Amino acid sequence: MPRPRAIGAFIAAWLSLSAPLVRADWRLNLPAPKSEMAARIYDIHTLILLVCLAIFVVVFGAMFYALFRHRKSAGHAARHFHENTSVEVIWTVIPFLILIGMAWPATKAVLDQKDTANPDLTVKVTGYQWKWEYDYLQDGVKFMSVLATPREQIENKAAKGKNYLLEVDEPLVVPVGKKVRILLTSNDVIHAWWVQELGVKQDAIPGFIRDTWFRADEIGTYRGQCAELCGKDHGFMPIVVEVKSEADYQAWLAGRKARLALAAADADKVFGVDELKARGEKIYAANCAACHQADGKGLPGVFPGLAGSRVATGPAAAHIDLVLRGKDGTAMAAYKDQLNDADLAAVLTYERTAWGNAADAVQPAHVKARRD
Amino acid sequence: MDAHATPAASVRHGPPTGPMRWLTTTNHKDIGTLYLWFAATMFLIGGLMAMLIRAELFQPGLQIVQPELFNQLTTLHGLIMIFGVIMPAFTGFANWQVPLMIGAPDMAFPRMNNWSFWLLPVAGGLLVGSMLLPGGGVAGGWTMYPPLFLQGGISYDLTIFAIHIMGASSIMGAINIATTILNMRAPGMTLMRMPLFVWTWLITAYLLIAVMPVLAGAVTMLLTDRNFGTHFFSAAGGGDPVMFQHIFWFFGHPEVYILILPAFGIISTVIPTFSRKPLFGYASMVYATASIAILSFMVWAHHMFTVGMPAAAQLFFMYATLLIAVPTGVKVFNWVATMWQGSISFETAMLFAIAFVCLFTIGGFSGLVLAMAPVDIQLHDTYYVVAHFHYVLVTGALFSIFAGIYYWLPKWTGHRVDETWGRWHFWLSAISVNLLFFPMHFLGLAGMPRRIPDYALQFADFNRIASIGGFVFGASQILLLIVILKCIRGGEKAPARAWEGAEGLEWTVASPAPYHTFVQPPEVK
Amino acid sequence: MNPSDLNSRNPRAALGLAPCRLCDPRAPELARTNASSLRRFGLLAAAMFGFGFALIPVYDVFCDLTGLNRDAAQALANNTQVDFSRRVRIELVANVQDGAVWRFGAPSRPVDAHPGQLVRVEYELENLTGRPLVGRAVPSYGPAAAAAHFKKIDCFCFREQRLAPHEKIRLPVLFVLDKNVPRDLGVVTLSYTFFEQGGGKRT
Repeated sequence: MPRPRAIGAFIAAWLSLSAPLVRADWRLNLPAPKSEMAARIYDIHTLILLVCLAIFVVVFGAMFYALFRHRKSAGHAARHFHENTSVEVIWTVIPFLILIGMAWPATKAVLDQKDTANPDLTVKVTGYQWKWEYDYLQDGVKFMSVLATPREQIENKAAKGKNYLLEVDEPLVVPVGKKVRILLTSNDVIHAWWVQELGVKQDAIPGFIRDTWFRADEIGTYRGQCAELCGKDHGFMPIVVEVKSEADYQAWLAGRKARLALAAADADKVFGVDELKARGEKIYAANCAACHQADGKGLPGVFPGLAGSRVATGPAAAHIDLVLRGKDGTAMAAYKDQLNDADLAAVLTYERTAWGNAADAVQPAHVKARRD
Repeated sequence: MDAHATPAASVRHGPPTGPMRWLTTTNHKDIGTLYLWFAATMFLIGGLMAMLIRAELFQPGLQIVQPELFNQLTTLHGLIMIFGVIMPAFTGFANWQVPLMIGAPDMAFPRMNNWSFWLLPVAGGLLVGSMLLPGGGVAGGWTMYPPLFLQGGISYDLTIFAIHIMGASSIMGAINIATTILNMRAPGMTLMRMPLFVWTWLITAYLLIAVMPVLAGAVTMLLTDRNFGTHFFSAAGGGDPVMFQHIFWFFGHPEVYILILPAFGIISTVIPTFSRKPLFGYASMVYATASIAILSFMVWAHHMFTVGMPAAAQLFFMYATLLIAVPTGVKVFNWVATMWQGSISFETAMLFAIAFVCLFTIGGFSGLVLAMAPVDIQLHDTYYVVAHFHYVLVTGALFSIFAGIYYWLPKWTGHRVDETWGRWHFWLSAISVNLLFFPMHFLGLAGMPRRIPDYALQFADFNRIASIGGFVFGASQILLLIVILKCIRGGEKAPARAWEGAEGLEWTVASPAPYHTFVQPPEVK
Repeated sequence: MNPSDLNSRNPRAALGLAPCRLCDPRAPELARTNASSLRRFGLLAAAMFGFGFALIPVYDVFCDLTGLNRDAAQALANNTQVDFSRRVRIELVANVQDGAVWRFGAPSRPVDAHPGQLVRVEYELENLTGRPLVGRAVPSYGPAAAAAHFKKIDCFCFREQRLAPHEKIRLPVLFVLDKNVPRDLGVVTLSYTFFEQGGGKRT
């Protein structure tokens, strides 16, 4: 159905011409659809918009005509009719018929949206406060996806990048033209996984799995955001989907698997303190700074500071345990399954040596020893 | 403030004076006034929160408030505007006008009336005061979805408590209004001769009595989940977080109509007056109101199209929601037909009523778009939804309150409204409110989620426009305050029938309405 | 009629006194009808408060009847015949709410089974702490419509699981996908989320 979309584009163009302030990149409509479902939603929206616009013009045309012609200042005298059964029946029945016409394409779309059968690829997506985890069930590849925009940009200390707040460290990668089924759940509160250009949004509900699907038509990078209020950093957990060709996707998958093997090897290495610290700073920024803050001072009364704290400057074992297992009754999550031994050692070392803290470094082997 | 004094009253011993008068009053007019001033105060507080929100969203990046505070502001703004402004304002109108319109001497239960008002400041105080507690105020959204709502601190418990109190207040108020309407009409005033405002409030009262207890139940379950180890809404104990949403919206959707049906009543009073012509299709208006109320119990899950309901449920709720467009359309058509061939004049009350009809319809159309389940998948929890419900609640409910204030102020104060100031208030409000909310449609379509303190760069321009509109809209409301204060302090004396085209019993008593009216019931012919 | 006359008919009102409700001949009767309205509306409000709570079992019954969500699937399997003409892929997923205390693993490979065929899979659960733990798994199905076609004969989710410190156990599930499972349902997911009982609550 290219026609309604063309009309929609025309309306958008007309609106943008009529608004004097408009610049070329101002988006007035849904983004250009990149999947068949998104395209159908786009068309249904255009159809309803046109119907509403037509009704609006007719009804309010009549009203403004009356306001102008039947005003007292123009000397119009009121005519005292106050009902007319046939008119009233007509304007009850006609909207009803219009609604049936609008419900028809929507019904078909709902049925197709719910059809998650026979996918080519299933990815389990888990929402965390405030990041996403992607788990390629068939391939054993699993990783966290965290906001990549630096804090300085958010705090207006640096110029904002092109994809401000819509960039992550590790995007979801899927092959083009394949039916991807998304299995959704959450680890804490309700989140919602939403990529507009692909026409998919689904709540992630703790304790339950929900599924939805999409099939991307074009290679490209598509950006979305969490769409359900999930606490403090709800606005800072974007979704990035990279759609690749089948060959690129396979290459990416192979690279991912190789990295997993490498990470396993890391666990047995011994690193220098500076090396750990440098690596840890990045992990800290991605996982910890949201609560404990980049300066390690925390938010008084809400999130404890780490600079000079008892845990971060005390015995390593207790510190490792806290980060591995989290703390009950607080927002401190368990990082046991989120980070590998080397990453944990790095972030622990960073916390123990940054902001004037001067405790011992932690090596991957120490973390491994305390896992069980 | 001696707005109710009559010449004959100079010898009365009458009510006590000073603060005790207002604390102990059982007079429906006094209590109506109290409700309206309470709503005005909360409007100021909730409005200031909205200004802060718009200031933070003026440009990308975090400038004025941090995310925790931002979430508190959006949550409290919502709760305050719904439970502290729109509902009390409508109850204030009902207290003042329902006895006057049906020829009753007072409300059915005057002492309970006093109680139901004085509970409100307590609840409002708890709600606003909880922001000062350690850990800050409630930040889980006005919809209070668990498990997020289970994570918060003590202020969350206080919020639940405040909602209980406000719920009790609304239930008592609703019982009072419904009983008054059913039992205390003047002889000859049959149900189908009641003014439409009374009809809409009767139906609203039934809705309130039916759904406020459900909300009370839902938040009670939250309270026990939070504090007493129950698992209504946590999967760990066999509960289901989505269950809360079902119960909440079973309350929440009728609540939407609680917030708009009295508005329909006010508009159906104002438009005939200034068109100098009786309301078109009175009977169909009554039936449309009743069918909207009944349908409102069958559409709740259209707020939850993204939770992963089966297709059959999505389709059922989509169809039921579309059906509501039919009676709502009937109302709009009737209003236009009332103006048609009338003798229309444009006093401020009428200007707000006309703006209501236009702009509420825009809110209705965006509601139609959102009712389409597949489209809602793209628009749920975006600024499109924010635009939709603000068109319905600000240019809908709030504009009807403005219209009602301009319309009945002469009856309340005995003075005519300063129309020049009123017009300024109207035009500034009507233009800025569109500048504020219309661009939000575009933001939502382009993909900006709601309830975020910071946003991607492509949303910057429309947010700046919306913020400017917001500041102007907020500042314009100072004009309303000036109009009201001017009208209380003096001005041209208003006759009993303050408007040329006004019909109804309230215009047969003097302006300002004497402290006691219709002690002997009037005859309605 | 002069508006103020309405009030001057009552001498008390003319003096600005509060109307005497008791001297109005209608008053006692009106008080009675009002009181009975109050009772009726009060009862309605109380009933609706109860209805809010009742919505939870109502919702469960509704889901049982329509086969949505969870509990319907706990029904024991009938003696079914196996439909060898097709296979359904069953993905097995494990989630754990508090990764600090448990390790909960699903079989890594999906299972292909004929509708009607008895399937046995094992999950793994390990207590990572030095204290005994009690927990329970909550099942969930994707797509939701699949729930109605899972007939579980035995499942660890029927019971609480108790683990000694550092104990590691295997948790079997025995189920049949009934042969009426729709043909277009090529892949279904069986997911369990493990929760600690009486613990792990955030305040």
